[in-house]
Amino acid sequence: MSFRRRRSNRVRPFTFTGGRTRSRHPLMVQTLVSTSEPGQEPPSTLMPESINIYRLCRETRSLAEVSAELNIPLGVTQVLISDLAEQDLVYIHPTITGSSPSENQVLERALRGLERLFQ
Amino acid sequence: MVSNDFSSDSRSNRKKMSSKIVIAGGFGAGKTTLVSSVSEIPPVTTEAIMTEASIGHDDNSITPHKTTTTVAMDFGRITVDDELIMYMFGTPGQARFWFMWDDLVRGAVGAVVVVDCRRLADSFDAVDYFETTKRIPYIVALNKFEGLLEYTPEQVREALEISPEVPIIDFDARHRSSGGDVLKTLLRYALEHNRASEPVA
Repeated sequence: MSFRRRRSNRVRPFTFTGGRTRSRHPLMVQTLVSTSEPGQEPPSTLMPESINIYRLCRETRSLAEVSAELNIPLGVTQVLISDLAEQDLVYIHPTITGSSPSENQVLERALRGLERLFQ
Repeated sequence: MVSNDFSSDSRSNRKKMSSKIVIAGGFGAGKTTLVSSVSEIPPVTTEAIMTEASIGHDDNSITPHKTTTTVAMDFGRITVDDELIMYMFGTPGQARFWFMWDDLVRGAVGAVVVVDCRRLADSFDAVDYFETTKRIPYIVALNKFEGLLEYTPEQVREALEISPEVPIIDFDARHRSSGGDVLKTLLRYALEHNRASEPVA
């Protein structure tokens, strides 16, 4: 029985997406995620993996870190986080890609930071 | 929202943002060494499930317990300041995983191709990827094994067909400050790159 339950939990992340291949949230390996209301307990309707993500992201973490810490493959982590974001349970932080000149200020800040850290 | 203790924390927390640098190069060129020398955390490994079996491709004598269905990526982290975290991702070294590169490269500020001068040919595919796709700015970092370089940067540029504007620097992947120089060079180049592509007002 417990074996079956575990199996079904592993399959659900993919069926959840209902054929979606892209989420409206830009979720990359470096994207930071944090729980929207860290003081609250996760809804009991969530899958165990999602509950773990909810709890872990009370402190801001990247998708890659969530994947590594919970030992969930990247692709599955991405789907689960996307789902939590759809329900406004987690906040997806902005990602700086440097692809537009408007981000130059942040890149300059990053360079100054590196110059301070690696003298 | 206002009533709970976490609210002010979570509000300031929301300013946090992240960026990514890709560390590419041939197998054993020093990618993970570079990541670990500059990272504030020991390199972390995350896995993506692959359907392709790797038996017959990998040299399993080095890592006999390696699973055949997952691709591991190493990453490190630098907290640049209160609001900005930079992640460095090592690309999977094996050539057949390069279909993953598009995913990994998307949204990166830039890339470093780490080159082992003793095995120049191993770096060709990585250089070729960035030269051909032209998606993100990249630089080439020659790893000085035993403190020696077998070729000059210009010889390497010619051998690997690296564009004239791409910076080539030498470094020692084991040393933190040397690795830091590589990252600074990449960011300076990415900034120049952006300014050059900015439309003239």
